[in-house]
Amino acid sequence: MNKYYLGVDLGSTTSKAVIINENDEIIGRGITNTRANYKVAADIARQEAIYNARFNFLKRLLKDEIKVHPEYELYIKDIESVFQYLQFKRRLDSLLMQMLLTVANNFTRNLKHEASSNITKIFDTIEPVIRNEYITGGLGSKNQFFRDIVNEKYTEEVKKLNIDIFEPMMLAFDKSITPVENKLFEFDFRALVYEAMDILKNKYEGFAEKSHVDDVSIHFDAELNLLKGNYVKITDSLKEHIESVAGHDIHISNMVGTGYGRALLPFPEDCIKSEILCHAYGAHAIFPGTRTVLDIGGQDTKAIQVDSYGLVTSFYMNDRCAAGCGRYLGYIADELNISLNELGPLALEAEKEVNICSTCTVFAGAELRELLNIGESRENILGGLHKAIVMRAISLIARSGGVRNEFTFTGGVARNKAVLKNVRDLVKKNYGDEIQINIHSDSIFMGALGGALFARKNIDIDLPKNKSKAVNKEMF
Amino acid sequence: MSKEIIKEKSMILQKEMIANLFNDLSNAKETGKKVVYTFVPGNLSELIHAFDMLPVYPEINALQSGMRKLSGGYIRDAEKMGFSEDVCTYVKCDIGMMLNGNQGPTGKKLPDPDLLLLSYTGCFTFMKWFENLEQLYPGVPVAMLHTPYQEGGKITPEMTGYMVKQLKEDVIPKMEKVSGKKYDETKLKHILDDAAKTEDLIVKIFETTKNKPSPIDAYFAGVYYIGPINIGFRGTKESVEYYSELYSEIQERVEKGLGPVTPEGEITERYRLVVEGPPNWTSFREFWKLFYDHGAVIVASSYTKVGGLHDYGFRHDSSRPLESLSEYCMNCYTNLNLPQRIDYLKQCITDYQADGLLVNSIKSCNSFSAGQLLMMRAIEEKMEIPVGFIESDLVDPRYFSYSNIKNRLDSYFQMLEQRKIISKQTAIA
Repeated sequence: MNKYYLGVDLGSTTSKAVIINENDEIIGRGITNTRANYKVAADIARQEAIYNARFNFLKRLLKDEIKVHPEYELYIKDIESVFQYLQFKRRLDSLLMQMLLTVANNFTRNLKHEASSNITKIFDTIEPVIRNEYITGGLGSKNQFFRDIVNEKYTEEVKKLNIDIFEPMMLAFDKSITPVENKLFEFDFRALVYEAMDILKNKYEGFAEKSHVDDVSIHFDAELNLLKGNYVKITDSLKEHIESVAGHDIHISNMVGTGYGRALLPFPEDCIKSEILCHAYGAHAIFPGTRTVLDIGGQDTKAIQVDSYGLVTSFYMNDRCAAGCGRYLGYIADELNISLNELGPLALEAEKEVNICSTCTVFAGAELRELLNIGESRENILGGLHKAIVMRAISLIARSGGVRNEFTFTGGVARNKAVLKNVRDLVKKNYGDEIQINIHSDSIFMGALGGALFARKNIDIDLPKNKSKAVNKEMF
Repeated sequence: MSKEIIKEKSMILQKEMIANLFNDLSNAKETGKKVVYTFVPGNLSELIHAFDMLPVYPEINALQSGMRKLSGGYIRDAEKMGFSEDVCTYVKCDIGMMLNGNQGPTGKKLPDPDLLLLSYTGCFTFMKWFENLEQLYPGVPVAMLHTPYQEGGKITPEMTGYMVKQLKEDVIPKMEKVSGKKYDETKLKHILDDAAKTEDLIVKIFETTKNKPSPIDAYFAGVYYIGPINIGFRGTKESVEYYSELYSEIQERVEKGLGPVTPEGEITERYRLVVEGPPNWTSFREFWKLFYDHGAVIVASSYTKVGGLHDYGFRHDSSRPLESLSEYCMNCYTNLNLPQRIDYLKQCITDYQADGLLVNSIKSCNSFSAGQLLMMRAIEEKMEIPVGFIESDLVDPRYFSYSNIKNRLDSYFQMLEQRKIISKQTAIA
């Protein structure tokens, strides 16, 4: 039987899971937003990683066919998107029930009817929109979670209603989203894939019939055009493999939990590891030349020095203040009323960098408004703001002992292109052009990967539990 | 059972000594004993005793208030008076305590000072501190003793001469005036002989941690052990008795191969650490627990040397009374320059076979904290051992972030663990 190892990184903002095989290859990744119930967050991340692993197995089994017909890869990707939509749909249905229940239990008689009918109407409106976004791949790049997607669409619709009902409608949502988010749904992989294939059948057949597709981009998508013609063939090979993949036992031999919430994970004590060690170990596994790691996560920035084994020799973390971390960027995005993903691209359009003095998240918000008032462009302000947060990180690195070659940048914030640009510039400026800078598309998963690697190597942390209880408490 | 009784003897002695001192202090006005407020680093306990006066150490009162969970309120009261958030929290705690009736660690009221003996060894805040006390106790005489910093890394005869001159021309005359007694050098010499005996014992006690397992924790239990010398007992018969007793108790632990005792019993030694910097007092137990839960034992610490550094052979010397008092002051840990502090910590790491160095950087204590990161980097580079850095405060509970410190310490201990595994593997290979 194949052995697999799981690493779960329960961060302050997102929870990540990575599954590796015995050759240290990543076979599955899962990510979700961290919520009040850490166990559910960890379970959902793990569940996603297992589904992702199954899709990767499918791709592997179809390897030869994909080689001949590269467009088949798109088909698998499409199935995965629709598969995600189907999960989403289950949660959405549950949310609708929960909201109607909330209204029934908490609202006054006068409000009940109006609120319920509005909620039902809104769900009827947003469901096809979201479904379409999943099917056409519109959501994939946004990295949004259930709560974010529904919140955005629902709020948009509520704003169209009478202003008097705005508050109760939002209240119904706020009261209902958390219980639904904290519910763990079980899905049948096989059934869901078949269902996804059916939905896609309609999609492709629809395309084939309608040559006058509204969406011009789809029209020019060569792969999709190819796929339209012969997806039936791959459907047949897929059906052959689906049984074996769905039935494949992904046996987790060992697991390690890390991240801020690690102490709350339902893992045995010796399966819990510091995220500092895990991030460093993950980064080192991907880039074995790594000697300095910078990780910017949701609420902390870590500068870590590692040796040739990938083991930590020293580290420095932000203390007392989390300005410059992921949550800070989230706050700034809220202040500007844009999404987190738009921050980096906007900042890169800056013509000059405005000097941002404040190191405090809250004050930075005030400073930002002040700068907007005096007519600075959003791009220029964001340009300066991104530089300011990277400078904080660079100062932290200096305190940890500086940058040694090679330098690897990890964590959720490494996805922000403007942060990346500033990190490159400032590392080169301060430590020389010859520094090799590594950034990987899996940077957000480094902690979970490190955990999975530790799980495989089974380096125990054996805490001394044999303390004598013959205590003389008087002494102290 | 006999073991338990012997173990407690030194504790009982210490308790009695402290209770007696604070009794004497609370009765000072009735008995006519004069009271000198002074500081721990470079304290002139012997000279104070030679004039039959009683010492009060504001830092000790502050740390006691911290341990008794009173410092938060005292600090707030001092801040209400106008002291900023950035002022040393020992100072604010002390001022707050005075504003609240000056109740000492045993709950008894402390007498007003008859003399402020300002020996500011390694800490310039001391000067401002007593400037504030002078305002709270108008008219109280102040004796200044300037201790030259060991900027050049050594004590020159000129530095000693400069200090002796201050003792002769300012400190001793003021003490004579306040106490109404003539300076009696013979009496001082006897006291200095006992101080040297105490110092011999203390050195021996802190050297027992060279054993594996270490019989004591040189930091968390160490701060209790240095209690008597840091509240003015150095040079007394009681302290010689206390430290003899303590030493024999620890010796017994060594002979039996026992590890250190914690509030939760004896622990198995897993990591041996050297710690730089004072502990946090407001969450002292929780702080300690974060170490002993992982089997981390502190085998040497610089903090236990603030009241005097005797490792390199310095003892009070009755043949050179004022000179040795001066040299003692200049030799305190916080009066050393950074290269000396680095050398001292390196020496500790080697002599005590430590697995790592940990720095507890104190927000409100610049005399300790300035340069600590630089020291740590230098040691890491030269010794190639795992180093760790955490931040807290002395007595301001607002600056002890349990989860942050726990997160860093957990990571640090896991780092040490990995090191052990790797070095074992490379040793086998």
